[in-house]
Amino acid sequence: MSNAQTQSATDERIKSRSKFREALIRPELGGIVGTVAVFVFFALFAFDSGMFTSKGVLNWSQVSAQFMIIAVGACLLMIAGEFDLSVGSMIGFAGMMIAIFSVTLGWPVWMAILVTFAICLALGALNGFIVIRTGLPSFIVTLAFLFILRGFTIYFPQTIERKTIIGGVKDAAEGDWLAFLFGGKILTGFFSWLGDIGLIETFSRGSREGQPIVDGVPMLIVWALVLVVFGHVLLTKTKFGNWIFAAGGDAEAARNSGVPVNRVKILMFMFTAFCATVFATCQVMEFGSAGSDRGLLKEFEAIIAVVIGGALLTGGYGSVLGAALGALIFGVVQQGLFFAGVESSLFRVFLGLILLAAVILNTYIRRMITGER
Amino acid sequence: MTEDTTFHHGDPAPSKPLIEMKNIQKHFGSVIALAGVSVNVYPGECHCLLGDNGAGKSTFIKTMSGVHRPTSGEILFEGTPMSFDDPRDAIAAGIATVHQHLAMIPLMSVSRNFFMGNEPVKKIAGIPFFDHDYANKVTMDEMRKMGINLRGPDQAVGTLSGGERQTVAIARAVHFGAKVLILDEPTSALGVRQTANVLATIDKVRKQGIGVVFITHNVRHAMAVGDRFTVLNRGQTLGTAKRGEITQEELQDLMAGGQELATLEGSLDGTV
Repeated sequence: MSNAQTQSATDERIKSRSKFREALIRPELGGIVGTVAVFVFFALFAFDSGMFTSKGVLNWSQVSAQFMIIAVGACLLMIAGEFDLSVGSMIGFAGMMIAIFSVTLGWPVWMAILVTFAICLALGALNGFIVIRTGLPSFIVTLAFLFILRGFTIYFPQTIERKTIIGGVKDAAEGDWLAFLFGGKILTGFFSWLGDIGLIETFSRGSREGQPIVDGVPMLIVWALVLVVFGHVLLTKTKFGNWIFAAGGDAEAARNSGVPVNRVKILMFMFTAFCATVFATCQVMEFGSAGSDRGLLKEFEAIIAVVIGGALLTGGYGSVLGAALGALIFGVVQQGLFFAGVESSLFRVFLGLILLAAVILNTYIRRMITGER
Repeated sequence: MTEDTTFHHGDPAPSKPLIEMKNIQKHFGSVIALAGVSVNVYPGECHCLLGDNGAGKSTFIKTMSGVHRPTSGEILFEGTPMSFDDPRDAIAAGIATVHQHLAMIPLMSVSRNFFMGNEPVKKIAGIPFFDHDYANKVTMDEMRKMGINLRGPDQAVGTLSGGERQTVAIARAVHFGAKVLILDEPTSALGVRQTANVLATIDKVRKQGIGVVFITHNVRHAMAVGDRFTVLNRGQTLGTAKRGEITQEELQDLMAGGQELATLEGSLDGTV
């Protein structure tokens, strides 16, 4: 072909951009800026409050990890162009199922957990199937499931046990291999060594004198990190990730190019349900009980974390790392204000302001990247 | 890769058509959208399909690309009868359609768009990963061939102009082995300069031996690149003419059904 002249390196109409700018302009930028701002803020105003002691760090890490687990699912689903408002109810429902199976019915805990996962994945698939088949907005379909699942979560324990909280899961889970995967702690040896050499605080009196106050990393945090890494790799490094972007960016164009859009969307609904069930299982194992009101409003918290992380509400754009940072901001702010002794109702004010600022910044960044007007 | 499919370089069209559509009829209930249309496309030619709105152009190309099944009539692809159940069959056979819209996803990068649905895979520890290095390299090469200089393969399609997007879509279809390329009004929403770029792209594609079906209702765009011209009117072919056998005015008249436009044109001093 005779286009030697066009082979020449650059086009004079393309402005050159510095490497620094290139590296800076990415979907997670809003989340990174927000994280830095939040940590600087609390380091300045709440440093002596105990927020940055080992116990304080564990506290906000755990809260952030909870947000992260559901944010990863919500993020991938949102990029695929759909919402799931039933996440919070799913958390309550899954927890209740585990408690009913293991305590009321006396099943081994591992079996209760596996059956609950199967039920919740099936519910996620049903959500997706209804959305695909009817063409209704997922907002409406999953809103229906928000009520349906919450209703059952209250109805079952009421009829079976005449109460809304089922306890005793901790005893049932004693020594169960699968329960450890959700309620256990790892690196306990490492932490007691850290305590011995004096790097982290230890109890100075009582029966646990000499043991570290923080005696390991809860599996909840491990799950959060694993899910974030998994979600990030899936989205950015695999073929399936490209399909997720395509399905959310323009389903029709994706279908024209041979992307199995329906399969992608249904699988993402199932993944969101999976994340909600992981959240629920960790929570039930930690508290040793399941309550009818667990997980209330979690769907919105997940969506807020995802949006702070730079995802577009209409789909096709976003980042799992950003969503994870959004969850971290969320957790640090919520717990940080508590440590700083700020009236807890102001948390909502703070959250609203962060959300607004993040979305404005993200919109600006996204326009730079995608050329939207 | 289709990189070296440079046969038929400027040769006259060989004798065997790539695709033959014989006496195609398509009825939607009581509406006769196509009443017996016959068109064939040779390798390395640009066959322009002209017609006013409602002439049946869209129905016809949808039949060709497997979206609709013809009510009656025969489709021969490289000499053998074909019946496409859905667009994927047609794509697998080598019939690619580039739609005016719905071709590219603006939020995604050029290279992600280019390989959408055909992602290259590289196995690391048995797990298949999207081979971004390969995808980026091929995308940059193919874009350069088409005369588009990207800032980088990760540049979002949204930052490209309408003409460039059409070109990316065409380059993609060619790269993935299209033998017949259907372009559905690729120039209708474009400015002068961008239209010229797309027409130049069509010319490059044709020279690689691909049969191009160019749907338009702009006679001047058709005249610029077309080898043959078929005019559709009210679901029927008004005939196929070769380049040089027909003038722009004659085509225009055929498209509009002759008479009325001639009168209208008179009152507009020949500006249509």
